[in-house]
Amino acid sequence: MLSINNLHVNVDGKEILKGLNLEIGRGEVHAIMGPNGSGKSTLSYVLAGREGYEVTAGEILFEGRNLLDMSPEERAWAGIFLAMQYPVELPGVNNMNFLRESLNAIRKARGEEELDAVAFMKLVREKAATVELDDKLLKRSVNAGFSGGEKKRNEILQMAMLEPKLAILDETDSGLDIDALRIVAEGVNLLRSPERSIIMITHYQRLLDYIEPDFVHVLADGRIIRSGGKELALALEEKGYAWVLEEDAA
Amino acid sequence: MKAQQDEVNDLVKAGYEHGFVSNVASDTLPPGLDEDTIRFISAKKNEPEWMLDYRLKAYHHWLEMEEPDWAHLRYDPIDFQAISYFSAPKKASDGPQSLDEVDPELLATYEKLGIPLEEQKALAGVAVDAVFDSVSVATTFRQQLADVGVIFCSISEAVHEHPELVREHLGSVVPHTDNYFAALNAAVFSDGTFVYIPEGVSCPMELSTYFRINEAKTGQFERTLIVADKGSFVSYLEGCTAPMRDENQLHAAVVELIAMEDAKIKYSTVQNWYPGDENGVGGIYNFVTKRGDCRGDRSHISWTQVETGSAITWKYPSCILRGDDSVGEFYSVAVTRGHQQADTGTKMYHMGKNTHSTIVSKGISAAHGQNAYRGLVRMGIKAENARNHTQCDSLLIGDQCGAHTFPYIEVRNPSAKVEHEATTSKISEDQLFYCRQRGLKEEDAVSMIVNGFCKEVFNELPMEFAVEARKLLNITLEGAVG
Ligand SMILES: Nc1ncnc2c1ncn2[C@@H]1O[C@H](COP(=O)(O)OP(=O)(O)O)[C@@H](O)[C@H]1O
Ligand SMILES: [Mg+2]
Repeated sequence: MLSINNLHVNVDGKEILKGLNLEIGRGEVHAIMGPNGSGKSTLSYVLAGREGYEVTAGEILFEGRNLLDMSPEERAWAGIFLAMQYPVELPGVNNMNFLRESLNAIRKARGEEELDAVAFMKLVREKAATVELDDKLLKRSVNAGFSGGEKKRNEILQMAMLEPKLAILDETDSGLDIDALRIVAEGVNLLRSPERSIIMITHYQRLLDYIEPDFVHVLADGRIIRSGGKELALALEEKGYAWVLEEDAA
Repeated sequence: MKAQQDEVNDLVKAGYEHGFVSNVASDTLPPGLDEDTIRFISAKKNEPEWMLDYRLKAYHHWLEMEEPDWAHLRYDPIDFQAISYFSAPKKASDGPQSLDEVDPELLATYEKLGIPLEEQKALAGVAVDAVFDSVSVATTFRQQLADVGVIFCSISEAVHEHPELVREHLGSVVPHTDNYFAALNAAVFSDGTFVYIPEGVSCPMELSTYFRINEAKTGQFERTLIVADKGSFVSYLEGCTAPMRDENQLHAAVVELIAMEDAKIKYSTVQNWYPGDENGVGGIYNFVTKRGDCRGDRSHISWTQVETGSAITWKYPSCILRGDDSVGEFYSVAVTRGHQQADTGTKMYHMGKNTHSTIVSKGISAAHGQNAYRGLVRMGIKAENARNHTQCDSLLIGDQCGAHTFPYIEVRNPSAKVEHEATTSKISEDQLFYCRQRGLKEEDAVSMIVNGFCKEVFNELPMEFAVEARKLLNITLEGAVG
């Protein structure tokens, strides 16, 4: 459903992604691992259509459509969701309203009816419970003054509400203590379905103990330099990235 | 980024909704100002001698004064002789006695503005006085108000029907010597609204005035006087629009509020005068003096303003906290886009013991807009334990606009406390991207973020007007993405 071919991306005139290839099938869970600064967040932003990321070569097809022609909101409407590494604060914007506007915008774009207030409330409460997000946080401003863990859980709540076809989780595990990690992982597992593909960007093997990937890729210096099954993650955990980098250079 | 800047510029060019001109036959005085002009206005209104004397005294004082130039505003000198000081829609008799006598075109104008004057269609629970150019054309819900003793009428009528109240209070908060524009207003004011809430009465509905400038080359100089007697309460809303015209039009109003012991006045303004076109041609010059006197102990005056219109806004709704334990509040959203300029803020004069004031100012600048907050907090010698909290936030959309903050603080009582917080922020690319990633269109994202920024102020508006204010803000910022 997602096909990335020879993707080259510049940020501020510097090449960050240097010929990246990746195929993701429907319902698959892919983990992308790699050293800091290797371009993982850059990849997630390019998929979501953020400005400032200049694609100099290559293409991205999403369900056969040229993703690069679409605005960020069009991609969201098409079913792409990015849980950000650093979720953004929106002071004064009520979290619940934000969710509702967001959900209704996406439903509208899909030609579905907007949810009425009662149905919406019911859905939020149900989904918030799955990530153990306190009701109080729904009444506050989006992410404003939330702890790191609360922000990440709020991201997963949004994802659960919006039911994307492709979810990209950018270091959703970083900064979480073990309990929060378990809650987030359970939230994600609930969303696994044959209809939903997931890209999990992570630094650590430990997330993969909770969410088992179908495929693991190593992103280094702007390219996928190795792909494998979940045993690759275990090898990385044990031996670090150095050996993959060396083998790639050889 | 360049692309973003272009979008900002597009957004900012969104049109002005209320820019139509009404074809109402009118009695308009030729431009010019001298003693005869004032005598004409006074005679036209059949005013008593004391009123004419007051006007003339103010006029002579004005002649001695200089136009202020301290505000952070730039505009060509105003030619006071090029303005017409009186324009009234023509009608058979001296004034419309009922809505049946009001020119249907005029009623249609107010309909277009979304202000139906016919009572059956009026907003439930909101009494409306409409001022068209210089004259009050209709006051709705009169009888219901009279039943509880509330007086709500045009100031011209009040001069005739309640002369003792008007004489006692007019100019007692904003004297004719107060400032250049207040002196001019005292000399030439044409109409406006008078409200009196008797002791112990909580006004059963929102009172509201709509001002509209229609005639070319006219100024509007309205005068509002609200007196809330002991233990009474009133919530009052003022809304303003004007047609699009290439020349600038002057609006110099004076509003005086008086709150006796335990009385509360809540005064809300939604100001949407024509702001001029995208090149800065035309628009209303809005030079307004608004002041409330918390005369009695435990009295409370609260100003809320949403200022989206006018080429130039110069206004500082203020509170004199004279009574012990009195409370003054100022909540403001001021938006400048295109070439609009605003220099606005408040003054809180703490005189009594334990007086409290709260100032929340939200300035939004887009395109070439310039927005200045100017606020004075003065703690007088007797203001034991007085408190002020000021929160002053600016939001910039695009990179050609400006925000400026001029807080003045004077403390003469050592037990008084003043807190001032100020922030300036931009709608960040992060925030916009985040919203769009969640499926919101860029302009909906901007509107959501801006509304979030203004929330504390909108929360102070009566419900139906908060909805209006939000809509107005969205229209104002349409296309102003950044
Ligand atoms: N907005 C930006 N401006 C300049 N350089 C950037 C920007 N974003 C990322 N980079 C650079 O791109 C490279 C990849 O960053 P990133 O994609 O965040 O890596 P990762 O997520 O794998 O840690 C880094 O060298 C980083 O410094
Ligand atoms: Mg990253």
